[in-house]
Amino acid sequence: MTDSTQKTKGLSIGGFLKYLAAGIYFGIVLVKAEVVSWYRIQEMFHFQSVHMYGIIGLAVVVGALSVLFLKAAKARSVEGVEIAPTGKPFNKIGNPVGGLIFGFGWALTGACPGPLYAILGAGYWPILLAILSAILGTLTYGYLRPRLPH
Amino acid sequence: MWEAITGPWPWYVSGPLLGLMVPILLLIGNKNFGISSTLRHMCAAALPVKAEYFTSDNVRANAWNLVLALGVIVGAAIAVLLLDGNSAPAVSPAAIELFASWDVAAPAAMQPSEIYAIPGALSTRALVSLILGGFLVGFGTRYANGCTSGHAIMGLSLLNVGSLVATLGFFAGGAIVSNFVVPWVMTL
Repeated sequence: MTDSTQKTKGLSIGGFLKYLAAGIYFGIVLVKAEVVSWYRIQEMFHFQSVHMYGIIGLAVVVGALSVLFLKAAKARSVEGVEIAPTGKPFNKIGNPVGGLIFGFGWALTGACPGPLYAILGAGYWPILLAILSAILGTLTYGYLRPRLPH
Repeated sequence: MWEAITGPWPWYVSGPLLGLMVPILLLIGNKNFGISSTLRHMCAAALPVKAEYFTSDNVRANAWNLVLALGVIVGAAIAVLLLDGNSAPAVSPAAIELFASWDVAAPAAMQPSEIYAIPGALSTRALVSLILGGFLVGFGTRYANGCTSGHAIMGLSLLNVGSLVATLGFFAGGAIVSNFVVPWVMTL
Protein backbone atom coordinates (compact mmCIF):
# COMPACT_ATOMS: atom_id res chain seq x y z
CA MET A 1 0.00 0.00 0.00
CA THR A 2 2.70 2.48 0.96
CA ASP A 3 4.63 1.70 -2.21
CA SER A 4 1.72 2.38 -4.54
CA THR A 5 0.82 5.43 -2.49
CA GLN A 6 4.24 6.90 -3.00
CA LYS A 7 4.15 6.19 -6.70
CA THR A 8 0.83 7.93 -7.17
CA LYS A 9 1.43 11.25 -8.80
CA GLY A 10 0.10 14.32 -7.06
CA LEU A 11 -1.78 17.00 -8.94
CA SER A 12 0.02 19.02 -11.60
CA ILE A 13 -0.68 22.74 -11.85
CA GLY A 14 -3.01 22.02 -14.75
CA GLY A 15 -4.80 19.38 -12.71
CA PHE A 16 -5.13 21.76 -9.81
CA LEU A 17 -6.61 24.47 -12.03
CA LYS A 18 -9.16 22.25 -13.75
CA TYR A 19 -10.57 20.86 -10.51
CA LEU A 20 -10.50 24.33 -8.97
CA ALA A 21 -12.53 25.60 -11.94
CA ALA A 22 -15.00 22.69 -11.60
CA GLY A 23 -15.33 23.48 -7.89
CA ILE A 24 -15.92 27.18 -8.59
CA TYR A 25 -18.69 26.22 -11.02
CA PHE A 26 -20.17 23.85 -8.40
CA GLY A 27 -20.00 26.54 -5.71
CA ILE A 28 -21.73 29.16 -7.87
CA VAL A 29 -24.49 26.72 -8.83
CA LEU A 30 -25.01 25.59 -5.20
CA VAL A 31 -25.48 29.20 -4.07
CA LYS A 32 -27.57 30.43 -6.99
CA ALA A 33 -29.75 27.28 -6.83
CA GLU A 34 -30.41 28.19 -3.16
CA VAL A 35 -29.79 24.57 -2.12
CA VAL A 36 -27.37 25.91 0.52
CA SER A 37 -30.17 27.80 2.26
CA TRP A 38 -31.44 26.55 5.63
CA TYR A 39 -34.87 27.89 4.62
CA ARG A 40 -34.97 25.76 1.46
CA ILE A 41 -33.94 22.61 3.33
CA GLN A 42 -36.64 22.95 6.00
CA GLU A 43 -39.21 23.81 3.31
CA MET A 44 -38.20 20.68 1.38
CA PHE A 45 -38.54 18.37 4.38
CA HIS A 46 -42.00 19.80 5.02
CA PHE A 47 -42.95 19.17 1.37
CA GLN A 48 -43.94 22.83 0.94
CA SER A 49 -42.27 23.50 -2.41
CA VAL A 50 -41.16 21.71 -5.56
CA HIS A 51 -37.90 23.74 -5.62
CA MET A 52 -35.45 21.24 -4.06
CA TYR A 53 -37.10 18.11 -5.49
CA GLY A 54 -37.12 19.68 -8.94
CA ILE A 55 -33.43 20.54 -8.69
CA ILE A 56 -32.26 17.16 -7.41
CA GLY A 57 -34.58 15.31 -9.81
CA LEU A 58 -33.41 17.21 -12.87
CA ALA A 59 -29.77 16.95 -11.75
CA VAL A 60 -30.16 13.16 -11.70
CA VAL A 61 -31.85 13.14 -15.12
CA VAL A 62 -29.05 15.22 -16.64
CA GLY A 63 -26.40 13.14 -14.85
CA ALA A 64 -27.91 9.82 -15.98
CA LEU A 65 -28.38 10.95 -19.60
CA SER A 66 -24.79 12.24 -19.62
CA VAL A 67 -23.45 8.90 -18.41
CA LEU A 68 -25.53 7.03 -21.00
CA PHE A 69 -24.33 9.32 -23.77
CA LEU A 70 -20.65 9.27 -22.74
CA LYS A 71 -20.69 5.46 -22.54
CA ALA A 72 -22.53 5.02 -25.85
CA ALA A 73 -20.11 7.40 -27.56
CA LYS A 74 -17.17 5.56 -25.93
CA ALA A 75 -16.03 9.02 -24.92
CA ARG A 76 -12.59 9.51 -23.39
CA SER A 77 -11.56 11.92 -20.68
CA VAL A 78 -9.01 14.63 -21.51
CA GLU A 79 -6.34 12.17 -20.34
CA GLY A 80 -7.45 9.75 -23.06
CA VAL A 81 -8.96 7.17 -20.72
CA GLU A 82 -12.30 5.66 -21.74
CA ILE A 83 -15.11 6.88 -19.47
CA ALA A 84 -16.72 3.92 -17.70
CA PRO A 85 -17.83 5.02 -14.23
CA THR A 86 -18.81 2.36 -11.71
CA GLY A 87 -21.12 2.75 -8.71
CA LYS A 88 -20.23 2.23 -5.08
CA PRO A 89 -20.79 -1.18 -3.43
CA PHE A 90 -24.16 -1.80 -1.77
CA ASN A 91 -23.70 -1.86 2.00
CA LYS A 92 -26.92 -3.37 3.35
CA ILE A 93 -26.56 -1.71 6.75
CA GLY A 94 -24.17 1.19 6.11
CA ASN A 95 -26.22 2.71 3.27
CA PRO A 96 -29.61 2.88 5.04
CA VAL A 97 -28.37 3.50 8.60
CA GLY A 98 -25.62 5.93 7.64
CA GLY A 99 -28.11 7.55 5.26
CA LEU A 100 -30.65 8.06 8.05
CA ILE A 101 -28.01 9.57 10.36
CA PHE A 102 -26.86 11.84 7.54
CA GLY A 103 -30.48 12.91 7.01
CA PHE A 104 -30.85 13.76 10.71
CA GLY A 105 -27.83 16.07 10.44
CA TRP A 106 -28.91 17.51 7.08
CA ALA A 107 -32.20 18.71 8.62
CA LEU A 108 -30.56 19.98 11.82
CA THR A 109 -27.87 22.10 10.15
CA GLY A 110 -29.74 22.74 6.92
CA ALA A 111 -26.54 21.79 5.09
CA CYS A 112 -25.04 18.72 3.45
CA PRO A 113 -21.28 18.47 2.69
CA GLY A 114 -21.09 20.56 -0.53
CA PRO A 115 -23.09 23.38 1.09
CA LEU A 116 -20.90 23.20 4.23
CA TYR A 117 -18.06 24.52 2.07
CA ALA A 118 -20.30 26.87 0.08
CA ILE A 119 -21.77 28.48 3.20
CA LEU A 120 -18.23 29.12 4.43
CA GLY A 121 -17.38 30.74 1.09
CA ALA A 122 -20.54 32.82 1.36
CA GLY A 123 -19.08 34.33 4.55
CA TYR A 124 -21.38 32.78 7.16
CA TRP A 125 -18.59 32.03 9.66
CA PRO A 126 -20.69 30.12 12.24
CA ILE A 127 -20.73 27.26 9.69
CA LEU A 128 -17.14 26.60 10.85
CA LEU A 129 -18.70 25.01 13.94
CA ALA A 130 -20.62 22.59 11.72
CA ILE A 131 -17.55 21.87 9.58
CA LEU A 132 -15.38 21.13 12.61
CA SER A 133 -18.14 18.92 14.04
CA ALA A 134 -18.44 17.12 10.71
CA ILE A 135 -14.70 16.41 10.82
CA LEU A 136 -15.12 15.16 14.39
CA GLY A 137 -18.02 12.96 13.20
CA THR A 138 -15.80 11.58 10.43
CA LEU A 139 -13.00 10.89 12.94
CA THR A 140 -15.47 9.13 15.22
CA TYR A 141 -16.68 7.00 12.34
CA GLY A 142 -13.10 6.17 11.34
CA TYR A 143 -12.29 4.86 14.80
CA LEU A 144 -15.61 3.01 15.29
CA ARG A 145 -15.59 1.57 11.77
CA PRO A 146 -14.04 -1.81 12.66
CA ARG A 147 -16.85 -2.36 15.18
CA LEU A 148 -19.77 -1.10 13.10
CA PRO A 149 -21.87 -3.46 10.96
CA HIS A 150 -21.80 -2.49 7.29
CA MET B 1 -28.55 38.49 -19.83
CA TRP B 2 -26.55 39.63 -16.80
CA GLU B 3 -29.77 40.17 -14.89
CA ALA B 4 -30.81 36.59 -15.63
CA ILE B 5 -27.58 35.43 -13.98
CA THR B 6 -27.72 37.70 -10.94
CA GLY B 7 -31.46 37.22 -10.42
CA PRO B 8 -32.97 34.12 -8.78
CA TRP B 9 -32.47 30.95 -10.84
CA PRO B 10 -35.60 28.86 -11.43
CA TRP B 11 -35.22 25.24 -10.26
CA TYR B 12 -35.60 23.91 -13.79
CA VAL B 13 -32.44 25.81 -14.72
CA SER B 14 -30.32 25.18 -11.62
CA GLY B 15 -31.18 21.45 -11.51
CA PRO B 16 -29.70 20.64 -14.95
CA LEU B 17 -26.71 22.94 -14.25
CA LEU B 18 -26.04 20.96 -11.05
CA GLY B 19 -26.37 17.67 -12.96
CA LEU B 20 -23.68 18.84 -15.39
CA MET B 21 -21.15 18.26 -12.59
CA VAL B 22 -21.38 14.55 -13.52
CA PRO B 23 -20.13 14.82 -17.14
CA ILE B 24 -17.76 17.69 -16.27
CA LEU B 25 -15.79 15.57 -13.78
CA LEU B 26 -15.90 12.48 -16.00
CA LEU B 27 -14.57 14.45 -18.97
CA ILE B 28 -11.86 16.44 -17.21
CA GLY B 29 -10.41 13.54 -15.25
CA ASN B 30 -12.60 10.40 -15.21
CA LYS B 31 -13.71 11.23 -11.67
CA ASN B 32 -17.00 10.28 -10.05
CA PHE B 33 -18.78 13.34 -8.67
CA GLY B 34 -18.67 13.49 -4.86
CA ILE B 35 -17.51 15.84 -2.12
CA SER B 36 -18.02 14.27 1.32
CA SER B 37 -14.92 12.06 1.20
CA THR B 38 -12.95 15.32 1.55
CA LEU B 39 -13.81 15.02 5.26
CA ARG B 40 -11.87 11.76 5.32
CA HIS B 41 -9.00 13.15 3.24
CA MET B 42 -8.62 16.17 5.54
CA CYS B 43 -8.32 13.89 8.56
CA ALA B 44 -5.83 11.65 6.74
CA ALA B 45 -3.75 14.58 5.48
CA ALA B 46 -3.71 16.90 8.48
CA LEU B 47 -4.21 14.86 11.65
CA PRO B 48 -1.97 12.25 13.28
CA VAL B 49 -4.69 9.61 13.18
CA LYS B 50 -3.90 5.92 13.40
CA ALA B 51 -7.25 4.36 12.49
CA GLU B 52 -6.97 2.22 9.34
CA TYR B 53 -9.78 4.22 7.67
CA PHE B 54 -7.38 7.19 7.51
CA THR B 55 -3.99 5.48 7.13
CA SER B 56 -5.36 3.58 4.10
CA ASP B 57 -6.54 6.79 2.44
CA ASN B 58 -4.50 7.72 -0.61
CA VAL B 59 -4.39 11.49 -0.12
CA ARG B 60 -2.31 12.16 -3.24
CA ALA B 61 -4.72 10.30 -5.50
CA ASN B 62 -7.63 12.09 -3.83
CA ALA B 63 -6.08 15.56 -3.79
CA TRP B 64 -8.35 16.53 -6.70
CA ASN B 65 -11.34 16.20 -4.36
CA LEU B 66 -9.87 18.64 -1.84
CA VAL B 67 -9.15 21.09 -4.67
CA LEU B 68 -12.80 20.73 -5.76
CA ALA B 69 -13.88 21.66 -2.21
CA LEU B 70 -11.55 24.66 -2.27
CA GLY B 71 -13.18 25.68 -5.54
CA VAL B 72 -16.63 25.43 -3.96
CA ILE B 73 -15.55 27.92 -1.28
CA VAL B 74 -14.21 30.31 -3.95
CA GLY B 75 -17.25 29.82 -6.19
CA ALA B 76 -19.68 30.55 -3.35
CA ALA B 77 -17.76 33.73 -2.53
CA ILE B 78 -17.94 34.79 -6.19
CA ALA B 79 -21.69 34.06 -6.26
CA VAL B 80 -22.27 36.20 -3.17
CA LEU B 81 -19.93 39.07 -4.10
CA LEU B 82 -20.68 39.36 -7.81
CA LEU B 83 -23.90 37.48 -8.59
CA ASP B 84 -26.24 38.60 -5.80
CA GLY B 85 -26.04 35.10 -4.31
CA ASN B 86 -27.01 36.18 -0.82
CA SER B 87 -30.54 37.26 -1.75
CA ALA B 88 -33.48 35.82 0.17
CA PRO B 89 -34.96 32.65 -1.33
CA ALA B 90 -38.59 33.06 -2.38
CA VAL B 91 -39.94 30.26 -0.18
CA SER B 92 -43.62 29.34 -0.12
CA PRO B 93 -46.12 31.14 2.15
CA ALA B 94 -46.57 27.86 4.04
CA ALA B 95 -42.84 27.79 4.81
CA ILE B 96 -42.90 31.40 6.04
CA GLU B 97 -45.74 30.43 8.39
CA LEU B 98 -43.74 27.43 9.56
CA PHE B 99 -40.68 29.57 10.30
CA ALA B 100 -42.85 32.06 12.21
CA SER B 101 -44.11 29.20 14.39
CA TRP B 102 -40.44 28.46 15.15
CA ASP B 103 -39.80 32.11 15.99
CA VAL B 104 -37.67 32.51 12.87
CA ALA B 105 -38.35 35.60 10.73
CA ALA B 106 -39.22 35.35 7.02
CA PRO B 107 -36.09 35.13 4.83
CA ALA B 108 -34.14 38.38 4.45
CA ALA B 109 -30.97 36.70 3.10
CA MET B 110 -29.65 33.25 2.13
CA GLN B 111 -29.41 32.15 5.77
CA PRO B 112 -31.40 33.02 8.91
CA SER B 113 -29.69 35.52 11.20
CA GLU B 114 -31.19 33.47 14.05
CA ILE B 115 -28.56 30.79 13.31
CA TYR B 116 -25.87 32.44 11.21
CA ALA B 117 -25.30 35.90 12.67
CA ILE B 118 -24.17 37.09 16.09
CA PRO B 119 -25.96 37.08 18.53
CA GLY B 120 -28.34 34.47 17.09
CA ALA B 121 -25.45 32.11 16.36
CA LEU B 122 -24.61 32.01 20.06
CA SER B 123 -28.09 30.88 21.08
CA THR B 124 -28.58 27.33 22.31
CA ARG B 125 -30.77 26.47 19.34
CA ALA B 126 -28.14 27.65 16.86
CA LEU B 127 -25.30 25.85 18.61
CA VAL B 128 -27.28 22.59 18.78
CA SER B 129 -28.22 22.92 15.10
CA LEU B 130 -24.66 23.57 13.96
CA ILE B 131 -22.64 21.35 16.30
CA LEU B 132 -24.91 18.32 16.66
CA GLY B 133 -26.10 18.62 13.05
CA GLY B 134 -22.56 18.89 11.73
CA PHE B 135 -21.44 15.85 13.71
CA LEU B 136 -24.31 13.74 12.37
CA VAL B 137 -23.60 14.89 8.79
CA GLY B 138 -19.93 13.92 9.14
CA PHE B 139 -20.60 10.59 10.81
CA GLY B 140 -23.57 9.67 8.63
CA THR B 141 -22.04 10.55 5.29
CA ARG B 142 -18.99 8.37 5.95
CA TYR B 143 -21.06 5.49 7.33
CA ALA B 144 -23.26 5.72 4.24
CA ASN B 145 -20.12 6.10 2.07
CA GLY B 146 -21.46 9.17 0.26
CA CYS B 147 -23.61 12.27 0.43
CA THR B 148 -26.15 14.14 -1.68
CA SER B 149 -23.51 14.57 -4.40
CA GLY B 150 -21.94 11.10 -4.42
CA HIS B 151 -25.09 9.06 -3.77
CA ALA B 152 -28.14 11.16 -4.71
CA ILE B 153 -26.72 12.72 -7.88
CA MET B 154 -23.78 10.56 -9.04
CA GLY B 155 -25.02 7.25 -7.66
CA LEU B 156 -28.57 7.63 -8.96
CA SER B 157 -27.16 8.73 -12.33
CA LEU B 158 -25.44 5.31 -12.42
CA LEU B 159 -28.69 3.60 -11.32
CA ASN B 160 -26.77 2.21 -8.36
CA VAL B 161 -28.88 0.29 -5.80
CA GLY B 162 -26.81 1.20 -2.72
CA SER B 163 -27.01 4.88 -3.65
CA LEU B 164 -30.80 4.66 -3.97
CA VAL B 165 -31.03 3.08 -0.51
CA ALA B 166 -28.74 5.76 0.96
CA THR B 167 -30.71 8.55 -0.74
CA LEU B 168 -33.98 7.20 0.67
CA GLY B 169 -32.24 7.24 4.06
CA PHE B 170 -31.18 10.88 3.59
CA PHE B 171 -34.73 12.01 2.89
CA ALA B 172 -36.41 9.81 5.50
CA GLY B 173 -33.97 10.95 8.19
CA GLY B 174 -34.29 14.58 7.16
CA ALA B 175 -38.09 14.52 7.08
CA ILE B 176 -38.24 12.91 10.53
CA VAL B 177 -35.88 15.41 12.14
CA SER B 178 -37.20 18.51 10.35
CA ASN B 179 -40.78 17.66 11.36
CA PHE B 180 -40.27 16.27 14.86
CA VAL B 181 -36.91 17.44 16.22
CA VAL B 182 -36.16 20.84 14.66
CA PRO B 183 -39.44 22.33 16.04
CA TRP B 184 -38.21 21.37 19.53
CA VAL B 185 -34.62 22.51 18.92
CA MET B 186 -35.96 25.89 17.80
CA THR B 187 -37.54 26.39 21.25
CA LEU B 188 -34.17 25.98 23.01
